[in-house]
Amino acid sequence: MTADTATAVPIRAKQRPGDSVFKFLSTFSGSLILAILAAVFLFLLFQGMPALLPGAAEKSSFLQHADGSFLAYVWPLVFGTLWAALIALVFAVPVSIGIALFITHYAPRKLAQTLGYIIDLLAAVPSVVFGLWGATVLGPFLQPFYAWLGENAGWIPLFSGTVSATGRTILTAAVVLSVMCLPIITALTREVFLQTPRLHEEAALALGATRWEMIKMAVLPFARSGMVSAIMLGLGRALGETMAVAMVLSATGVVSFELLTSKNPSTIAANIALTFPEASKLDINVLIASGLVLFAITLIVNSIARWIVARRSVGGK
Amino acid sequence: MATLHMTKPATPVAQVNTLTTGRLPKWAPWAILGGSFAVSIAVFALIGGSSEAGMNWAGALVVGAIVSIVAQYVLSLVVEGTRQAADRFVTSLVTSAFALALLPLVSLLGTLVANGLARFDATFFSSSMVGVVTQGGGGIHAVVGTLIITLIATVISVPIGLFTSIYLVEYGQGGRLGKAITFFVDVMTGIPSIVAGLFAYTLIVMLFNALGLPLTNVRTGFAGALALSVLMIPTVVRSSEEMIRLVPMDLREASYALGVPKWATIAKIVLPTALAGITTGVMLAIARVIGESAPLLIAAGYTLYMNYSAFADPMMSLPVFVYRSYTQQVGAGAENMLDLAWTGALVLLLIVMLLNLLARLIAKLFAPKGSR
Repeated sequence: MTADTATAVPIRAKQRPGDSVFKFLSTFSGSLILAILAAVFLFLLFQGMPALLPGAAEKSSFLQHADGSFLAYVWPLVFGTLWAALIALVFAVPVSIGIALFITHYAPRKLAQTLGYIIDLLAAVPSVVFGLWGATVLGPFLQPFYAWLGENAGWIPLFSGTVSATGRTILTAAVVLSVMCLPIITALTREVFLQTPRLHEEAALALGATRWEMIKMAVLPFARSGMVSAIMLGLGRALGETMAVAMVLSATGVVSFELLTSKNPSTIAANIALTFPEASKLDINVLIASGLVLFAITLIVNSIARWIVARRSVGGK
Repeated sequence: MATLHMTKPATPVAQVNTLTTGRLPKWAPWAILGGSFAVSIAVFALIGGSSEAGMNWAGALVVGAIVSIVAQYVLSLVVEGTRQAADRFVTSLVTSAFALALLPLVSLLGTLVANGLARFDATFFSSSMVGVVTQGGGGIHAVVGTLIITLIATVISVPIGLFTSIYLVEYGQGGRLGKAITFFVDVMTGIPSIVAGLFAYTLIVMLFNALGLPLTNVRTGFAGALALSVLMIPTVVRSSEEMIRLVPMDLREASYALGVPKWATIAKIVLPTALAGITTGVMLAIARVIGESAPLLIAAGYTLYMNYSAFADPMMSLPVFVYRSYTQQVGAGAENMLDLAWTGALVLLLIVMLLNLLARLIAKLFAPKGSR
């Protein structure tokens, strides 16, 4: 907005106090956000450190249970976090891509927006409500199915072991998680599907493609990177989810791939929520350090998602 | 459902009307769907009628859907050829994906209303949990706590979030700080809620240690509000940035041309124009954090008592109330506790829905003309 001409002396705007106050306030707020994020990281690091130091095992009952090292304590939790999120994605990804396709390309145009709202409704439900529903409704509902699976498909390693009587297994927790990250993946993939160039779609149809062939040839290739980043963001949500897992899962903290037993791996977040209120002294530091591990994992996953988005917007546009 | 006029049959049949032969009539998918469900329900009724377990409705519906998909595929394969059959197969898969997602939603809302109404009474909204053993008790302390904590969180997050978005759009465009803020706001959106709770907790502990205060009063409503702010600020920044960016450049330039200083242009022209959108974004951000339970469990703790002070003693909130009531199902009061949990969940969901509805209403009613 400052158009300097060759001859004129540049006119300097009058410095008004209002301007400098406003500029200071907004710059300060922006920097404050950076400070908060740095504080989150540094405080957790500072308070988590004592758990990593040698000699921590004598002072922490959690570490004593786990062979004395922090790594041995956190490894089963990391495994559980990744395992539960992975199963959740296996359920959520096909369904949410299906829903996104349904809303954008199959449902009548007039209904599409309403259907989108209905799916968004799922995102508005608080996680504690999902937890309550998963533990009291979904678990008992799925239990007979688990019993049947255990009886007839027990030779598959995933379904082996004694079937849980309550249905509060890691599979149920994963189903609840998948319902929770479904609206995120759906909303993002829907956006990407809608961005497909209209001409590509119409060209495919004009050449005689069926609707599915059109989607396969025009929509999906265009949307591939967007879908991947949507999935990664859904994964981020599933990794960090706490309450639903804490309420649904009856966890014992083992490392096991068995889906139907009552001995389940716990997740980092659920473990913190369950043990933090009663923890004391160095146990608190141990939990904070595990929280830092969770932070790092979600950070990596989200960064990969953003990187994919950024790469696409540079190359694609 | 499927529109058939777009494509030609795979193999043209001679001497007949090629536009209508070799394809299933329009009513066929619906007829197949209805027929499959009828057959499946009939079979399950025959099996279930004789056993004492009764009719297995879930099984009947699932089998019916599968039968319908397979029948449609096979029929289409015979009459229309492989390409149309694949198309129909995908259509039914996509439609059933949507139906599948509706099941948990309907089940959740149904049980929530059915179980939540049991204790949705005057006692719930007038008493706390003090002295409750087997019956009675309520969640008023949790409702009040949720309102206080969310209010403080909003008071902290909205100015920071709003000024940051003003910085991003009006001051820091393309600058290094602006880019850094955009990136780290993205990072902040991904912070797991429990980590935010741990942060607020450690912040207060370290603050108290530095000031030499006793560590008995660490879990307070204020600490909970801090944790929620960490989660709320990025959402506020994202939504208001988008809204402020939508304000046309012409308005700003017209204002500058009249000699209005930059800060007055922002305060009197840009913000009022974007106000509806910003308010909507803030309401949605509140709706998002008001349901957070994990950070409050860590930072604000739980209590049976009514607590109006945000700076002393733990403060109950609705999500934590639901969680605690669920975990405290012991002995004779177990059923009452579970009912309380459901009612708390119902109240929580009603608040969230109300906020969402209000947000959409504001967006609709006060949107500046021309932007829609």
